[in-house]
Amino acid sequence: MKKIRTPQELEALRNSLLQGINLNKPCVRVCLGTGCRARGSLDVAKAFRNEIKKQGLEIQVETKQTGCHGFCERGPVVVIAPKEIFYQRVKPRDVPEVVSKTLLNGEVVDRLLYINPATGQKALYEYEVPFYKKQTRLVLANNGRIDPTDILDYIAIDGYQALSKAITIMSCEEIIDIVEKSGLRGLGGGGFPTGRKWRLCREAAGDIKFVIGNGDEGDPGAFSDRSLMEGNPHSILEGMIIGAYAIGANQGYLYVRAEYPLALKHLQIAIDQARKYGFLGKNIFNSRFDFNIKINQGGGAFVCGESSALVASIEGKMGEPRAKYVHTVERGLWNKPTNLNNVKTWANVPLIINNGADWYTKIGTEKSKGTGIFSLVGKVNNTGLVEIPMGTPLRQIIYDIGGGILGGKKFKAVQTGGPSGGCIPAKLLDLPVDFEKLTEAGSMMGSGGMIVIDENTCMVDVARYFLDFLQNESCGKCVPCREGVKRMLEIITDITAGRGKEEDLELLQELAETVKDFSLCGLGKTAPNTVLSTLRYFRDEYEAHVRDKKCPAGVCKDLIEYFILEDKCTGCGACLKLCPQQAIDAYGLIHTIDPAKCIRCGICRDACPFEAIIVK
Amino acid sequence: MVTLNIDGTKVQAEEGSTILEVARFYGIDIPTLCYHDELTPYGACRLCMVEVDDGRRTRLVASCFYPVREGIRVRTNTERVVNGRKLILELLLARCPNSKTLQDLASKMGLEQIRFKMENKDCILCGLCVRMCAEQMGSGAIGFVGRGQNREVVTPFRVASEICRNCGACMYICPVVDLQCRGVKSPGELCNSCLVITPQCLEKYGQVMCTLESCGACIKKEEK
Repeated sequence: MKKIRTPQELEALRNSLLQGINLNKPCVRVCLGTGCRARGSLDVAKAFRNEIKKQGLEIQVETKQTGCHGFCERGPVVVIAPKEIFYQRVKPRDVPEVVSKTLLNGEVVDRLLYINPATGQKALYEYEVPFYKKQTRLVLANNGRIDPTDILDYIAIDGYQALSKAITIMSCEEIIDIVEKSGLRGLGGGGFPTGRKWRLCREAAGDIKFVIGNGDEGDPGAFSDRSLMEGNPHSILEGMIIGAYAIGANQGYLYVRAEYPLALKHLQIAIDQARKYGFLGKNIFNSRFDFNIKINQGGGAFVCGESSALVASIEGKMGEPRAKYVHTVERGLWNKPTNLNNVKTWANVPLIINNGADWYTKIGTEKSKGTGIFSLVGKVNNTGLVEIPMGTPLRQIIYDIGGGILGGKKFKAVQTGGPSGGCIPAKLLDLPVDFEKLTEAGSMMGSGGMIVIDENTCMVDVARYFLDFLQNESCGKCVPCREGVKRMLEIITDITAGRGKEEDLELLQELAETVKDFSLCGLGKTAPNTVLSTLRYFRDEYEAHVRDKKCPAGVCKDLIEYFILEDKCTGCGACLKLCPQQAIDAYGLIHTIDPAKCIRCGICRDACPFEAIIVK
Repeated sequence: MVTLNIDGTKVQAEEGSTILEVARFYGIDIPTLCYHDELTPYGACRLCMVEVDDGRRTRLVASCFYPVREGIRVRTNTERVVNGRKLILELLLARCPNSKTLQDLASKMGLEQIRFKMENKDCILCGLCVRMCAEQMGSGAIGFVGRGQNREVVTPFRVASEICRNCGACMYICPVVDLQCRGVKSPGELCNSCLVITPQCLEKYGQVMCTLESCGACIKKEEK
């Protein structure tokens, strides 16, 4: 394989690829993201291959295994080009019908189409599905179109054009200027202006510099980095190569958690292929610029997503943060200037180089440009990966894209930013989502987790859950985080168990503020956010737990009791049979629950067909 | 040399030195637990936090790490700083109630109560012994293992280390384990017996003979 050394060679390769593509040739694109895999998309892809082989259609029809399409709730997702017909929840047994009807005759298999629950209308094409309609997909645009394990697919959709342009036409200063002008900010959650960071790193003294791509996404409920690494790894590499060229680094590291095996595999394949084609290695585009990327696997510590802990981990030390009064751009990895960006930030760079800074500044709000990628999860109808312009109101994300709350329940809050973020209450539903507005509301962008909470969730319990996570994930180096988070958890656990005292709330507030102010790294500084935001917006729930010893949402087991409504109970015995504690007695027709035996598991309530069992 | 302002006083300091070093040089007391002159700063105890105004914003920084910069204004004794330090000490005392170092600091800072459930551990994980062993003894026989609540100082694989020379430097430098406070009668109590063991007159005038009528400062509480 001859390496690509000039823009002309890249253009020639791309043209030859495009000539080989017949745009009218049917192509089956099966989503093989982790979400769809879990729902059996590997079997669906296999069934497609077998069926196409069986019917002898290998030449007429192409199959492609793509990355995450984003609509994980409706997986396995299959899109059939050229018409872009969107099938959801496809099972292997549906495959023969799809092949014979859609691929051969162009007919649509009705039952696999997405039905909009609000209007009852069927959506034939991907862009008609409300989930996709309201999104602006830039970074994720090609996730569902290309095979992430094939560099030629990426080149065919203008891949590595930005790199060729940046290296051969632009100077390093120009690249940094354009990134700075675009207003791109760190999408790992911090929101530091990327261009300024690059400039600081470029200007820092030293010959040896490093760039790092942070793919150590550890927030519960967040999967945007993973989907990007799995679905379009070359876009990350391209961004990193451009950045390294602009900064003057010759070695890059990708730090990816070991729990993402597919992302690791796809990234490694991408790196090998890029090296084969000469986009990595020595003398890239005849510019005397050498650059290589190495993958480092994280060992499962949440704190290693923090930049200084990540750097320590790459150095082979214990994954612990250090004080950052001398910034990593001056002294980072092995005390050399280091530029660390999230993988999503890197993937934005080729878009900006290709389309220009002006194009990018048109998207988003005044201070937050571009798009934000969110993992929409929790009690929402359309779970999945959402890319929206910065400044989109929460209401639009949750109701228009997310399809509203599961089971038609009432919306209570949304938790953004993972364990570092806070809960935003229903009254702020029209809040535009950008870095500043989220911080003002007591939350943060974080790595883009968005957990929707409905009326049946107890906010004290939510705070307890995140504190428990953080207690386990705190590295334990500094006192406020190690001891403070533990004590906050202790107090909140007491409150949920009905042992809370009035003065506990004051202590909790004081402790949360001190932990926030005094902790060493970002983990500790943001750890109390969930507590502070729930105390700020849902103080009444805390007070109900402490004063009345009641859990308004009916979640905290020590504070609730199950009752059977006499007038609704028909004595069917459905609950009786299922109760694991034999806590339900039947005297004649009316059933009663023995509170002493009841363990508040809720099985009886779920089993009752007459809604006769309630929680008090 | 850079000029900076500490607690309202204009002072000069060498470039590259930390706020803590400068403050201590000028006689301003900042409490520390994980800091030692001869070891690399660690920044874990967070007692040395001070407020720094660098012209753009005011923020809390660990003075043992923060390098002095031209024109910054440092305040070591604001309400925010003092209250935070007290709460951190309270957290530490709930972990190690019998440590004399912590009990003395509590007396000095005027800590009044411990509001958390009491534990009875020895180590505050300040890391002095680990750094002492590695940096001054050149041995590196002990280190941290575990994360969060499970963090502790041990030898590799918890077996007697072959490179440990039993020099005892770790025990020498440890601020908490060896010095036990015997005044704590019941859990959660603050001893305060040694409240005035270092009388103010000594702190101010050094080792001079006290010529005052007995000010009472030199007498232990329990002897009163």
